[in-house]
Amino acid sequence: MKTLIRLAVCIAVMIQSQAYSQSGSMVEVKGGEFIPLYGTKTEVPVGDFLMDVYPVTNAEFQEFVEANPRWRKSQVKKLFADDNYLRNWKDDLSLGEGMLPDSPVTNVSWYAAKNYCECQGKRLPTVDEWEYVAMANEKQPDARTEKTYNQFILSWYETPDTYKKTIGNTFKNYWGVYDLHGLVWEWTSDFNSVMIGGESRKDSTGDNNLFCGAAAVGATDLMNYAAFMRYAFRGSMKAQYSVKNLGFRCVQDVEKSEL
Amino acid sequence: MTMKNLIYILLAAFLLTACNNAEMKEAEVEKDLAETKVSAENKELPELSIYNLPSTWTTQNGENIQLEDLRGNVLVMVMIYTSCKAACPRLVADMRNIEKQVPEGDLDNVKFIMVSIDPETDTPKRLKEFSIENDMEDDHWLFLRGTPEDTREFATVLAVSYKKISPIDFSHSNIISVFDEEGVLVHQQEGLGVDNTETIQAITTEVSN
Repeated sequence: MKTLIRLAVCIAVMIQSQAYSQSGSMVEVKGGEFIPLYGTKTEVPVGDFLMDVYPVTNAEFQEFVEANPRWRKSQVKKLFADDNYLRNWKDDLSLGEGMLPDSPVTNVSWYAAKNYCECQGKRLPTVDEWEYVAMANEKQPDARTEKTYNQFILSWYETPDTYKKTIGNTFKNYWGVYDLHGLVWEWTSDFNSVMIGGESRKDSTGDNNLFCGAAAVGATDLMNYAAFMRYAFRGSMKAQYSVKNLGFRCVQDVEKSEL
Repeated sequence: MTMKNLIYILLAAFLLTACNNAEMKEAEVEKDLAETKVSAENKELPELSIYNLPSTWTTQNGENIQLEDLRGNVLVMVMIYTSCKAACPRLVADMRNIEKQVPEGDLDNVKFIMVSIDPETDTPKRLKEFSIENDMEDDHWLFLRGTPEDTREFATVLAVSYKKISPIDFSHSNIISVFDEEGVLVHQQEGLGVDNTETIQAITTEVSN
C-alpha cells in the first residue's frame, strides 16, 4: 500500500512538474570533444544530452520536499546534509524572509541535489558535461578565449549575494541555457573526481602519496583563473556540504527523453 | 488513453526505480523488521551511519549484499582498483599491516573491505583472483563491487576522490576509513605507509565497545 501511495505521489509530482512552467524545459546539447581547463591535457568526449535551461529554483525544491519528507530540513539525515541544509528556510516547507520562489535553490547537499534529479527522471551533469556547456557565450559554443566571456565570469565572482537574484537573469548561451555563470555555482555528479593536491586534504606540501597514479595534472591554461576557481571549489567540497552560493540543475540522457 | 498519459505512466514507473529506491528499501526493511522482531536490529540507525545508503554490492564470491548486512562489524575500508600498479599495492599492504596488528580474537568482529573504483574491470571473478594473489582469503576480507553511480556515491561518504585518467588507470585519494558497528565513521588515515597506530587503536576500541 505504501508503495502505491508513493507511486501516486510520484505521478502527481510528475504531472505537476510538467505543468509547472519552467522545470520541464530542457535543451539539447550536441556532444563533442574538448580539453577541459583543468584536470587533463587531452580531449575528453562528451555525448549528446539534454540540460535544464535554468538552475532548480526555490519553488521547485519546495515541491520536492513536500513530496519527499525525508529531504525536509527537520528530517534529513546528517549523513546526507550538514547543518546548513536549507538554512534560510523558515521551516520545513516555507522559504525564509526575502527569499524569492524564482531564485535558484542553494544550501542543498549533493545527495539532495542528486535525488531531486533522480525524482525527475534526470541526473546531475558530470564535471565534463557542465564545463562543456559552460564554455559557451551567447554566440559561440567555446568562448573561453574571448576576453568579454572571462571578464563576465570574473566580475561575477567578485559580486556578493548573486544567489538572491532570480533565474534567467544572465545571458542565454549558445545552447539555450541560462545562468551557468552569474548566479550560483552548481553541483556535478562527479565533483569528487577533482584531484587538487593540498586543497582540502591537509597536504599543503602537495604530497603525491595522497594520490595514486598521475593525479596532480596541471592546468592546461592557468590563465583561465575562473575555471581553475571552479575546480578548486569542487575539490574542496564534501557531499553533505550545503553552501549558500551552490545550487544545481539536472541533465538527462537523450535516449531516455524519447521514452 | 492519450499518448501523453501513457508517457506519464511509463515515466512514473521509470522514476520510481531511481527516485524512491531508498524509501522503498526502508519500507522493505520496516516490513522485515516487523516480521522478525529482531530486537538489536530494531534500534534505529544513527543518522551518520553508512547503512543509510541504499545500495547493493557484489562480493568476490559473487554474492549480492546490502551494506547493512555488515551491521554489527567494525569496518576497515579502502577504495582501490585491482589493475593499479602505483599506489594500490602499497595501500593493500597498509591494509594487511593493520590486519596483522589486530588481535586474532578481535578479527571475528572486524571486516577489512576493499571497494573497487573500477567496477567495469573488477568483476567478482577478478576480485576473487586478486584476493587469492594477495592471500586475503580469510572471512574477514571482503571485496565489493557496485554500480558506477553507487561507487561514486560511496566515495563521497569516505571523502575519497577518484578520476579515470586513462582506459586502465585512475587517480584516487589514499584513505583508509574505520567505521563502528553501527556504520558511523570513527577514524580515517590519509596517505601511504603512514603510521597506523591510531587506526589500530580505533579498531580495538570499537571492537571492545
